[in-house]
Amino acid sequence: MLYALSTCQWCHRTKVLLEELGLAFDYDYVDLLEGNEQNKALDEIERWNRSGSFPTLVIDNKRVIIGFREQEIREALAV
Amino acid sequence: MNVPEIPEISIDVEYERIKTNAEKNGYRLNPDIDFVKNLIRGLLKNEQRYGYRACPCRLASGIKDQDLDIICPCDYRDTDVEEHGACYCALYVNELIATGKQNVAPVPERRPPRSERRKALVVKTVSTTTRPVFPLPVWRCKVCGYLCAREQPPGICPICKATKERFERFV
Repeated sequence: MLYALSTCQWCHRTKVLLEELGLAFDYDYVDLLEGNEQNKALDEIERWNRSGSFPTLVIDNKRVIIGFREQEIREALAV
Repeated sequence: MNVPEIPEISIDVEYERIKTNAEKNGYRLNPDIDFVKNLIRGLLKNEQRYGYRACPCRLASGIKDQDLDIICPCDYRDTDVEEHGACYCALYVNELIATGKQNVAPVPERRPPRSERRKALVVKTVSTTTRPVFPLPVWRCKVCGYLCAREQPPGICPICKATKERFERFV
């Protein structure tokens, strides 16, 4: 699950990388969510990443990668 | 929350303005022009939807008073450029990155998390620290560090052009 912002360039790069890797993933542009939905997403992000920053990538509900860390993302998702 | 696309011409105009202002004041922009223009697109989009230029890589609350610290250039820029070579979104970079001798690496978020920001708002309203006695208060621009001694902070920072609300009482 990728938590991103529609205006964030590092989020954009992360999304492009995941698309390139050809893996199925869900994503939310949290800035485009409203009210309660946005709060729910933020609460979920903060469970994994206390600073609540973007992009936050949660892999299989097991581990988190914060920020566009290309090498780390590639390794974590290597089949 | 969808807003109309930002015209390319507005982005180009803003790019030139930000770049000129940065270089005049000893700052450098990221050398990747497309990247910078996309950040500026985000800034203009945030201005359109929130009324202020919140950092495109941070979630704005829509309440300006709560987001003064992330209005670009943010309060954290100087420290992040110093420590990490780039500000949080990487619009501003140091000389090594600007000249292509070093790459931008992810910058950890320095802004306090939501829960601490709420607490800080409360603390701010009750704490009155004792200050040394000077004939005038000293104001500090949180964007560039400019200091001045006068009754009120200036309307616009003479150095970086940040607005009055970005000043804090320093002494």
